[in-house]
Amino acid sequence: MTLTETAPTPAPDPQATASIKVFGVGNAGLNVIEPLIRAALPGMDFIAVNPDPYSLTRSSAPQKLQLDTALLRGLGTGGDPERGHALAEEHADELKALCEGASTVFVVAGLGGGAGTGISPVLARVAKQAGALVLGFVVTPFRCERDRRASLAAQGLDELKAAADGVICLPNESIFKLIDPNTSLIDTFRLTNELLADGILGVWRLLTHGGLIEIHFEDLRTLIQDKHSESAFAVADAMGATRSREVAEKLLAHPMLENGQALEQADAVLISILGGPDLTMAEVNRVMEQIGGHCEQAQVIMGAAIDEAFRDRLSVTLIAARRKAEPQRMRQTDAAAEDLDAQLLDSTSNLRQPSKFVPPPPSVPPDQIRQFIEAQRPGASALQTKLPRLRQGQLPLQIVSKDRFEKTEPTIHKGEDLDVPTYIRRGIALN
Amino acid sequence: MFESSSILVGLEIGTSKVCAVVGDLGDDGALNIVGLGQARSRGVRKGEIVGTAQAEEDVRQAIAEAEQMADVEIRSVYLGVTGGHVRGFNNRGVHPVVSADREISEEDVQDVIKNAKAINLSPQNHVIHAIRQHFLVDGQDGILNPVGLLGARVEVDVHVIHGNFNRLQNAIRTVKGLQLEVDDIVFTGLASSLAVLSNEQKELGALVIDLGGGTTEYIVYGNGIVKHTGVLAVGGDHLTNDLSYGLKVSLGRAEKLKIDHGCALVEEAVKGQTTALANEAGRPGKLINLEHLRRIMSLRLEEILQLVKQDLVRSGVFDYPRAGVFLCGGGARISKIEELARRVFQIPVSPGRTSSISGLTSALDQPEFAAPIGLVKFGSFQQRRRSRKHSFTGRVRDRLGQLFKWA
Repeated sequence: MTLTETAPTPAPDPQATASIKVFGVGNAGLNVIEPLIRAALPGMDFIAVNPDPYSLTRSSAPQKLQLDTALLRGLGTGGDPERGHALAEEHADELKALCEGASTVFVVAGLGGGAGTGISPVLARVAKQAGALVLGFVVTPFRCERDRRASLAAQGLDELKAAADGVICLPNESIFKLIDPNTSLIDTFRLTNELLADGILGVWRLLTHGGLIEIHFEDLRTLIQDKHSESAFAVADAMGATRSREVAEKLLAHPMLENGQALEQADAVLISILGGPDLTMAEVNRVMEQIGGHCEQAQVIMGAAIDEAFRDRLSVTLIAARRKAEPQRMRQTDAAAEDLDAQLLDSTSNLRQPSKFVPPPPSVPPDQIRQFIEAQRPGASALQTKLPRLRQGQLPLQIVSKDRFEKTEPTIHKGEDLDVPTYIRRGIALN
Repeated sequence: MFESSSILVGLEIGTSKVCAVVGDLGDDGALNIVGLGQARSRGVRKGEIVGTAQAEEDVRQAIAEAEQMADVEIRSVYLGVTGGHVRGFNNRGVHPVVSADREISEEDVQDVIKNAKAINLSPQNHVIHAIRQHFLVDGQDGILNPVGLLGARVEVDVHVIHGNFNRLQNAIRTVKGLQLEVDDIVFTGLASSLAVLSNEQKELGALVIDLGGGTTEYIVYGNGIVKHTGVLAVGGDHLTNDLSYGLKVSLGRAEKLKIDHGCALVEEAVKGQTTALANEAGRPGKLINLEHLRRIMSLRLEEILQLVKQDLVRSGVFDYPRAGVFLCGGGARISKIEELARRVFQIPVSPGRTSSISGLTSALDQPEFAAPIGLVKFGSFQQRRRSRKHSFTGRVRDRLGQLFKWA
């Protein structure tokens, strides 16, 4: 609808893969990035952001930012996202300065508390303003942490989705499928952290290892943008001669994918294969066939890369994204079309954020813009072509019959007809 | 001769059923339910009559059944009204105290209440209730009775429930067509709350949600008074319609599926489960995915509760219900609905029980009879107030009644 979408997507800057900044936000975020810091991955900078100074001292991140204000006196946010939000807004400039120079920013946080939920949307926003691609990696609370945290987390997730380019969300609850009942609490949390860290590692690999079949930032972006209500991801490793079959089996049996069910429901699947120089086409083919068979409906993006260290080894990262319900997207009235003109005429509204991957629109003098828009108006073109233009009237599209309520007064609440089934209005698919 | 005046009848012409409850108001003021009649409703959509002839027939059947059971002749009823047009709002009346000593007299109180009830409504609207809330004397809030206090200005808040006159008249006309008198019309949401809440709960603050067939009524109490009321013209019928549309079955089948397999939550255990619909020959036919069924229901129910919550938040009364949420109406039967409501409102949720009235235990235990029982209770309040007003004649009558009893 806007000019930004029609602009051609250029090839990403090869330099762009160089700098990835990983922000661990809140206690959970710090814990997740801890193993990654120890792994010392090249081209990845780690920054710890937390209002609580104690946890920051424990973190081994090279850069740390303590968000503090006179009000809190070094105490945490007390589980209140509003405080986290306010804190982050106060320190927005510092956060932005930290994001400078990064091509990609990963925001790693645990939602449901004060810090992660409040700070991460603001961080995502300023990072985007600084010109970076922002990916969120978040965990949502266990069900036993009760509803308040769950609703806070859901709210935070929505905000983060709105601010970031993409969010990969791991519900903590799904960890129960991975562990046996005797697993200790420490191990459980370690496992969640590891899972998320694995995901970050997988994404990092597919972004940095330029390979035979490359996956670009844009591919990843289109995959997780808007569709990430429940992204499931899985990483599997295998070695030896039968590695390709093994790795596919491991993936399909991965608890995060619910025995392949997540694949069947996915709208888009990204598969990144990383192998040594001895990786054969037949192996790639076998993996793709086995996984592809489970997600025939989905749009599949595939990549393959070679790493010297992966001799005799095969690692597959898989991200499956399920489409989020698009509320109100179905309703498009004439008013919206009129708005578009106003939007196009208003030169300030379509100014884009500076981005490293998309060049700015060509500079055109304002009177020429006006001329273009004038030329696109129906009246103007009729004048130019001297042909009478027949405009066909459009009837509002009524897809849903209201059966029993056909003849009653419609129950309209805020422009929504409540007589239409809720699941249809919310766009939730039953398959 | 005296017995007939102590018989109170509540009649609710609902979307799914027409229900008449007969109550006997004893001399000691105790209310006893002695009869119940009901009929499947056919002429009502979203709480309002759309087919007069059918509705009349259903009312006749319900009244006849109730008469037979209670062994009385029903002459007049308290009629429950609802519908999407019914709204509630708070209004304030002001009255300056003019007496020289600034003492507030009984007349001042009468005047201020009259002022509060003088509401600027469009002519097609009819005030169903004007419920008195607290008095304010010179801006001091929370005064129950200002008579005898000193002040320059006395104010009173009333909660006004009003509806469209013609649409209210439809129900009244239907009843009058059956040679029955209408003692009073009562908003069914108010009636349900009267049946379900105890005085302590009203004092503590409570939210009553009546999940009916065609409408959802809700009412908020705080500090013992009605703070807010509302109607949402969405109810159990919508669930059936959603299911019928989503699962591609007939409305009748959808209704049965809703009752047999309905649940307010989508549980992990139900994923992938199916149930077979029997076809005409009684053999298993179409497979229905239970997860879909529950998802459709759960989304609709959650939306209803969310809309109620949003309305309470917007009206600034969300903090009043401290005793919790009480669910009644047929929708309260849906399994796990309390759990869903607890998630939405984040306060304790319990099924509404009409425990303060004696009588037919089987009838009292059902959540869908809360409204008609509440109508009878409303009638008993009116009756008591009336007898208090004519206290002298009432006393004489009581004496006479006792004399006759002894004789």
